[in-house]
Amino acid sequence: MAEPILQLESLRKNFGGLRVTDGVSLEIEPGRVHAIIGPNGAGKTTLLNEISGLVPVDAGHIRFAATDITRTPAHRRARLGIARSFQITSIIPSFPVQENVTLAVQARMGSSFRFLWPAARERRLEEAAEDALEQVGLSHRARQPAGTLSHGEKRSLELAIALALQPKLLLLDEPMAGTGRGEGEQLIETLRALKGRFTLLLVEHDMRAVFALADRITVLVYGRVIAAGTPEEIRANPEVRNAYLGEEAA
Amino acid sequence: MSTTLFIVQTLNGLQLGVLLFLIAAGLTLVFGVMDFINLAHGVQYMLGAYLAVTFYGLTGNFGYALLLASIAALLIGLLVEVLVFRRLYERDHLDQVLATFGVILFVNEGVKIVWGAAPRNLPMPDFFSGSVPLMSGLNYPVWRLCIIASGLLIAAGLWFVVTKTRIGMRIRAGATNAAMVSALGVDVRRLFTVVFGFGAMLAGFAGVMVAPILSVEPGMGDSVLILAFVVIVIGGIGSIRGAFLGALLVGLVDTLGRSFATDLFRLVLTASAARQVGPAVASMLIYLLMALVLLLKPAGLFPAKGR
Amino acid sequence: MAAPPIAPATRFAITLPLVLLVALALVPLLAHYLPGERYLIGLFARVMIFAIAAISLDLILGYGGLVSFGHAAFLGLGAYAVGILAEHGIADAVVVLPAALAVAALFALATGAIAMRTRGVYFIMITLAFGQMAYYTATSLSQYGGDDGMRLAARSVVLGHSLLADPRGFYYFVFAALVVVYLFCRMIVASRFGRVLRAARENPVRTETLGYNVHAFRLTAYVISGCICAIAGFLLANQNSFVSPAYMSWQRSGELIVMVILGGMGSLHGAVLGSLVYLLLEELLSGFTEHWKVIFGPLLVLVVLFARGGLIGLFGGGRRG
Repeated sequence: MAEPILQLESLRKNFGGLRVTDGVSLEIEPGRVHAIIGPNGAGKTTLLNEISGLVPVDAGHIRFAATDITRTPAHRRARLGIARSFQITSIIPSFPVQENVTLAVQARMGSSFRFLWPAARERRLEEAAEDALEQVGLSHRARQPAGTLSHGEKRSLELAIALALQPKLLLLDEPMAGTGRGEGEQLIETLRALKGRFTLLLVEHDMRAVFALADRITVLVYGRVIAAGTPEEIRANPEVRNAYLGEEAA
Repeated sequence: MSTTLFIVQTLNGLQLGVLLFLIAAGLTLVFGVMDFINLAHGVQYMLGAYLAVTFYGLTGNFGYALLLASIAALLIGLLVEVLVFRRLYERDHLDQVLATFGVILFVNEGVKIVWGAAPRNLPMPDFFSGSVPLMSGLNYPVWRLCIIASGLLIAAGLWFVVTKTRIGMRIRAGATNAAMVSALGVDVRRLFTVVFGFGAMLAGFAGVMVAPILSVEPGMGDSVLILAFVVIVIGGIGSIRGAFLGALLVGLVDTLGRSFATDLFRLVLTASAARQVGPAVASMLIYLLMALVLLLKPAGLFPAKGR
Repeated sequence: MAAPPIAPATRFAITLPLVLLVALALVPLLAHYLPGERYLIGLFARVMIFAIAAISLDLILGYGGLVSFGHAAFLGLGAYAVGILAEHGIADAVVVLPAALAVAALFALATGAIAMRTRGVYFIMITLAFGQMAYYTATSLSQYGGDDGMRLAARSVVLGHSLLADPRGFYYFVFAALVVVYLFCRMIVASRFGRVLRAARENPVRTETLGYNVHAFRLTAYVISGCICAIAGFLLANQNSFVSPAYMSWQRSGELIVMVILGGMGSLHGAVLGSLVYLLLEELLSGFTEHWKVIFGPLLVLVVLFARGGLIGLFGGGRRG
């Protein structure tokens, strides 16, 4: 069994009196797709924020490729290889679509404390950006301001940005949210093509996507893990059915 | 450094604090509820003083002058809100800074045209002039005690309105989350206008109260404005309680600091060095205080916005 | 609340700045044929000096999204570097200018590191506070004029030559500084560094999670901005042959913000236009009446209400992209 790329150990987080993360532990093996599901308010996005470093945890440990990153700042975690997309699309609206991706490529390729050379002329950066855009099917929108994209296109852009970082771990926060049927199918295929090349941690409500992609599923309710296992195990688990799946079981 | 001086300066500090509270209250509410940076709040204070000078000239009675000036300040505040500021709530802070800066220029110059550039004065009511013995060897001006008393009374009244009445609840809710309040069906535009007008009136009132002991001149609102902003940043934006405690803190620190800084420095420096450093540091004290507060509590002491 | 509009169409990115700079270059030549030549040259030199200060502010405000209400402190630091060193017999720009830059950089580093732990209005307030601290420190320097300020015996020399003594010589020195500053800032904005700064302005969280230490980028921009503004301070002290704490008043900081926004922030040449219009309007209106601010104030309000994106927004007729 390969060394897990991400290990969460008894994470705990309180917001005021509310315990949003209650002793959460999980392990992800490299190259796998791990999904986190659970009803609204379960603390799934908070968990992603804790892993990417936007929210500090009160107790517990986060280990990334055997390095303890519990106290590492967000930008350093990104440099170590953790990339994420956001539940509410988080892009630079006034930048052209391609420049959004180039910004990510730039982060990966060398120093940004360069003041004198016009960045737009750097072919190396642009090529890598064009690559990522092609993978998500947005090449035809490269020059448009990112703010003018449709919702589904913005989700794809988010994905392209994350891919451009060539991360070791990709955190996706409800990538399917708000996509229509056709766009959704497309996105599932795009994600399926990424399996094996990246490790994916997916927070999702859309059960089609979850059961189509996930190797393992963790179920979170009120900040606690109530079940973890393969998709079949989860589907069969009565507690999970009660708490969450209900009639949604695929 | 005598006890008498210390007590006098403490009372002066309280008086400044109470004054700052009257100004800061309106400022913090407007900022908290409407997210509107109103640099022109200082000229409201100045206008109160000038209007009282005129009304005193017309009626010969301080009480009438105070009343009429406060009402006029309220009306002017409402007028400016409806005509100009209302359009700026949706704009970002920079635009608000620029627009209210323009209003400051306009009003500061305007008072020079109407009342002349020379300082004016407003005599205090005879009944409250003079000093009263507080303890042996300590006489304190009655008028300053009046200012402190009226300020505390208004603070108490405000506390009552904000915590016990329906409109107060709406204001507090608005300070925490204006969008939500609007979604709940409250007429926010009217709420905003009321909040703004009331804040303007308080500032005008403060201007009238202070006029007898300071001179009424163009630009008198500018320095006070900065102090008021320091107060609301220290106290926490949108919080009346924060404005009150912040104002007292700033008033005391500033007054006592200016009185005793040089003396304190003489303990560690030579007399001439102390005389140089003392006043400079005294002027900076409240800014150092603000920097310290922001370092420890980045949203002020009593932030209104839910965390 | 929506992020304010940034400067518009790229087609003006070459034309307008070129027109402005060429016009400014021609002023001394044209002034030769007009009455009040010396006055005009002095006026436009002043315009350019404030343009340099405004450009430095636009860098962090328009591109970085940092509203600094204490920027005049850097003007004062540059000016006092001239004044204080002159008092001690050092008046060569080759020494004074680097000294001014060093002091500005240190001040920016120290105050920026603290200020940038805050955001929004708190950042505005704390930069104001630091500006006030600089102001009061200057008033306490009694051996350097204190409250009243001090006169300079003569303008700085450059490598021993009195280049700056002659009005035209001074004018073109300032002009050269403006061109250098403008081009330098344009380069920064277009560079990798500039891209990150601009991204952080619109979406700091996204930029951070891409792996950029946003704090470090902003601090660096702040230091660069402060140093450039100190150059303006150096020039201002030389132009007036006078140094005073008033250079650092919060009203002066406010005026700098006005110039940047009036012109149209986030374009650099907007800052030049803004200082030009602001100072010329001030001169013009004060010629009519001593109460010119009564007209200027409402004018500002109207610009804010109806000319979003500043004057450049009016000319350009649209936003970038």
